[in-house]
Amino acid sequence: MITTTNLTKKYNANQVLNIESLAIPKGQSFGLVGNNGAGKTTYFSLLLDLIQPTTGHIKNNDIQVNLSEDWKPFTASFIDESFLIGYLTAEEYFYFIGELRGQNKADVDALVATFEDFFHGEILGQKKYLRDLSKGNQKKAGIVAALIGNPEVIILDEPFANLDPTTQIKLKQIVKDLAQEQGVTVLISSHDLMHITDVCERIVVLEKGEVVKDIVTSQATLKELEAHFAGTEII
Amino acid sequence: MIKRFLDLEWKQFTRSASFGKSVALKIVMAFFALYFVAMFLIVGIAMYPLLKKVFPESDPFVMFNGFIFFWILGDLVVRFFFQKLPVMSVKPLLTLPIKRSKVVNFVLGKSALSFFNFLPLFAIVPFGITLMLKDYNVSVVLVWMLTIVLITLINNFLNFIIEGLSAKTELSFLPIILFAGSLFALNHFKIINIAEALSHGIQAISNNPLLLIVPMLILAGLYLYNFKILREKLFLDSSLKTKAEAVNASSFEWTKKFGDIAPFMQLDLKLLWRNKRPKSAVWMVFFGLLYGLFFYPNPMYQDKEFLFAFVGIFVTGIFLINFGQFIPAWDSGYYKMLMSQNIKYKQYLKSKYTLMTLSVIILFVLSIPYVYFGWKILLAHFAAAIYNIGVNTYVILLGGSFNRKKIDLSQRAAFNFQGTGAVQWIIGLPLMLLPMGIFAIFNFAFNFEIGILVLILLGVIGIIFHQKIMKFITNRYLASKYKMIDAFDQDN
Repeated sequence: MITTTNLTKKYNANQVLNIESLAIPKGQSFGLVGNNGAGKTTYFSLLLDLIQPTTGHIKNNDIQVNLSEDWKPFTASFIDESFLIGYLTAEEYFYFIGELRGQNKADVDALVATFEDFFHGEILGQKKYLRDLSKGNQKKAGIVAALIGNPEVIILDEPFANLDPTTQIKLKQIVKDLAQEQGVTVLISSHDLMHITDVCERIVVLEKGEVVKDIVTSQATLKELEAHFAGTEII
Repeated sequence: MIKRFLDLEWKQFTRSASFGKSVALKIVMAFFALYFVAMFLIVGIAMYPLLKKVFPESDPFVMFNGFIFFWILGDLVVRFFFQKLPVMSVKPLLTLPIKRSKVVNFVLGKSALSFFNFLPLFAIVPFGITLMLKDYNVSVVLVWMLTIVLITLINNFLNFIIEGLSAKTELSFLPIILFAGSLFALNHFKIINIAEALSHGIQAISNNPLLLIVPMLILAGLYLYNFKILREKLFLDSSLKTKAEAVNASSFEWTKKFGDIAPFMQLDLKLLWRNKRPKSAVWMVFFGLLYGLFFYPNPMYQDKEFLFAFVGIFVTGIFLINFGQFIPAWDSGYYKMLMSQNIKYKQYLKSKYTLMTLSVIILFVLSIPYVYFGWKILLAHFAAAIYNIGVNTYVILLGGSFNRKKIDLSQRAAFNFQGTGAVQWIIGLPLMLLPMGIFAIFNFAFNFEIGILVLILLGVIGIIFHQKIMKFITNRYLASKYKMIDAFDQDN
């Protein structure tokens, strides 16, 4: 579904990302881990054509993202709070995203209703603008908005950060369902090794912009990752 | 400790992201500052001889004191718009082991060092020296100068109280206008002669230094009151936290008539109604509509026809200019999201275009009563409206593609230069002066009707080539997409 070829991103002489090749098949739940500055958000921004690659390219469903905009209808994302429109209520925001994705109010209502449990009664019908919600609740709204319109690719940057434990557990279930039952390609980055090994079938470790590990998740993955980041790797 | 605070202030100033970027704006501001210093100096030096000449039989010192009331009113109004109490910057200090009272004292103390408090000195010192040279009692003049300094400081702290009280209201500048206006009216209609009372008071203080205690007590009282409010505010849950507003739920269903641009129009309308800064762009429309009243009733301008075109552009285009100059910066907060969404730039821009065009039509209709001042004015306004729709909308959209400044929607609008770059200054000129120039040339070379016709023709050409022009503008936006995303991502 997503193939990355010879992708590099440099700021002046400073190379922040260098991925020779990376292919993510359709329906895979893909996890990206790495310390701060490893290039996770840079990779996602390149994937969304928010910044330009220095060399190479990314193809999303055979569409090169920096040349054509045709990947947009089937790709959804939530990177950070700047994806929210602060002066709308959660419902209005969902309807707005819905209209951009060709969904009418009834479609959006039906989808959003399935997340009532996830929202925990703190998002819908609140008579509050998004800018006045807490960080965690803003995140919940943003994540659900990314699910509107049956996208085939969903990109979530650090979705677990700022969420309360109950919501984290619910989110894990949602992501698993998306990949396994609906065949959606889900890309997630996280600093929480436990969550990401729980959710993702495949985990790639970035370090200083380069892929240093590419693991198919198994029982031993969490231990392996912990050892890697603690610097006590068993070779 | 004070030294530490000052050090922080200096770093905040020199290391702010916009320090290097907006040099041009800084130069403009510095120029204004110098201009005012020069004006005050001239007033200070020329005041004595001038008063002596115009009112030979009265004492210039007494005359000057008679003006002080008006200066206080003017000073208060100007301060209200320009002077801010920098409260937010102390947020990181709250958790550090510094006494709250110390932080408050620092913020208030710093405000006393504002440019506004030094400006009067440029007038008062030369005037005082002139007085001494003209054989006024030196100690009287010194006490007088001290009194004026105290009054300046009283104004300083009074302003923060007024600001604090009016911050919550919708039209935040109304209270100060009402306050200053009613004081002025009371004085003007001789209900209470405040100016004279004040003049006598200052006179009395100058002659009897013991009375200095009065302004000092007022100052101390205002300082303590400020101290009290500010100390209460220095908690995260009061002023440092922005308040949640009640939701204003209107769905703007009527925009559905505009087809595929409807979602964007709804978004734009919500943007206008729910955020302070764009909302004041809407309020400005009412002031813009009245702009013609400055010119038309005045017989001096009756035969200056080139002004009709200028006023027409302004009256019918005030919203276009106010709103349009910050496209796409209005959406800077969520620009990344828009760019990763399934949207077409064309629809996004068309929504803005439609909104501006509608505003021009509505404003033209509202400006029809100007026909009272003559048919020519109505005709000029009509031509200006067509020109606005057919030319200025495109010019301002095109200018927007060079926009690289983020806007924080929740900030207030009056004299807020955030998001203003060189582009906004440059683009203002062709918008207003070009049509006026074109009209003036044809009006001068041929006649009024030809001038009007040329403006209308230009507008109609623009409307005919709408698709082509919009395509060109859209490409300009596409070309600068990455630069805009990057710029809007940075806080300036």
